[in-house]
Amino acid sequence: MREDLKCVISERRTLPSGQVEFILDNPRLAKEAEPGQFVHIAVENGKNLLRRPISICDAADGKTRIIFEIKGEGTKWLAGRSVGDTLTLMGPLGRGFDLDIGGSAFIIGGGIGVFPLYMLAKKLKNPKIFLGFRNKDMVVMEDEFAALGKTLVATDDGSYGEKGFAIDLAEKEISDCDIIYACGPKPMLKAVKAVAERHGVRAQISMEERMGCGIGACLVCVCKTTTGNRQVCLQGPVFDAKEIIFD
Amino acid sequence: MNTKVNFCGIEFKNPVLTASGTFGFGLEYDEYYDISELGGISVKGLTLKPREGNPTPRVAETYGGMLNSVGLQNPGVEVFKSYYLPKLKAEKTCRVIANIAGSSVDDYAEMARSLAGVGVDLLEVNISCPNVKSGGMAFGTDAKNVEAITRAVKAEASQPVVMKLSPNVTDITEMARAAEAGGADGISLINTLMGMKIDVNTRRPVLANIKGGYSGPGVMPVAVRMVYECSKAVSIPIIGMGGIMTGDDAVEFLLAGASLVMVGTANFVDPLAAVKVKNGITDYMRRHGIDDVNDLIGAVKA
Repeated sequence: MREDLKCVISERRTLPSGQVEFILDNPRLAKEAEPGQFVHIAVENGKNLLRRPISICDAADGKTRIIFEIKGEGTKWLAGRSVGDTLTLMGPLGRGFDLDIGGSAFIIGGGIGVFPLYMLAKKLKNPKIFLGFRNKDMVVMEDEFAALGKTLVATDDGSYGEKGFAIDLAEKEISDCDIIYACGPKPMLKAVKAVAERHGVRAQISMEERMGCGIGACLVCVCKTTTGNRQVCLQGPVFDAKEIIFD
Repeated sequence: MNTKVNFCGIEFKNPVLTASGTFGFGLEYDEYYDISELGGISVKGLTLKPREGNPTPRVAETYGGMLNSVGLQNPGVEVFKSYYLPKLKAEKTCRVIANIAGSSVDDYAEMARSLAGVGVDLLEVNISCPNVKSGGMAFGTDAKNVEAITRAVKAEASQPVVMKLSPNVTDITEMARAAEAGGADGISLINTLMGMKIDVNTRRPVLANIKGGYSGPGVMPVAVRMVYECSKAVSIPIIGMGGIMTGDDAVEFLLAGASLVMVGTANFVDPLAAVKVKNGITDYMRRHGIDDVNDLIGAVKA
């Protein structure tokens, strides 16, 4: 049986780029978590009914790391939790990245989309990592990724690393790539799909939609695929790029 | 203590069911608890052919509730009959209610024909979906149509027929009476209230479909009032729903005149919500020395 898990926040910090990081203590969650999956956190402020889906950044030894951006009332409440507070959450949920594809892997992350790619990078052998951010101030986790594989950074305004997009840096080296794993804003994922198709490379991309139940029952968070609308929370969030239809 | 309720000749082990559209086909939540603990489930609204539904975003959070504009995405009645229904009947002991929708009177009749004699315990006829262009709520807001569809479904159905009413009308008792006149065995209410949410930063509606159905605890007083009014207006039994979060909420609906209740939006807040509502009702009965849940039905002192 699955459970609604209770997780104690054992560490909390605000990153220089503005996001909030929690380390959550729960043996079951850490043991079951796979790269690309998410947790669905109850917002217990007496005001917001719906849970907030937050991607899993890393998990090991009873501890699960999540990093999220403050976007609205729900994440604002979440950011206000302190060390020692208990969160109620469902998870790990969803279908994560397929680790058994093999070959030379490229990891492409954009903005806050880099967080769910960290645990993936740890599990892959020598991935090449391409990270894109709006500007220098938004660059996050570069050193942690660099410890796992050759890492290149791009910024939209050129204030740090290369000027441009992560996918453009990746395309220059695409002849060394067998599989792309990507997470980031929709325009980036659309570009990843286009690049992958142009060069005949397989790509797995993590999709995002406003969510309801988190377990496939309410049909709110669907995305368009070649086999019809599919649930991001249950059949995703990770899909093969070739299946996804972008508007 | 008795929690069994006989509704239209069918015995429910307790009065707590889950509302259509909030519980998939039950199997999703069965990973969190044995859904056989519930009186029954009403499955995702079914149509003759599979439907893809509306564009996203399909959900918007509001104070005290949420809006949805799913638009009846479903795999079609044949997939329900060949996959979900046999699985539910083989593995689960809760009652299975098929929620059916269509875009013409003939559609509804054909749906009822297709589900006759297949082991569905009850038909819930959705004439109140606010998120589809043709059919849906357009039927449920016109008394003549309500009666005509009820008659057409009754002519084909092998199981009791419950008409699911829309709250988006001036007088819901008019629709309840029309369902009764058409031969309905029961009514269920309320479906969602039409609503809208605007993002003040972008000045755009949050929902891609602009408008959607409002549900959650914010709608509960409206729903309780409508159940109360309908229970005075018709003699067929009622399934009450709209914002139930706790056992005491469910008791309000029973007191207002509902024989069964459905838990909907609360399932998204807490995957165990429906079973907690069930336990909350028995807690209430214990606290108030009630031996039979049937003694609560329509027992409001008003």
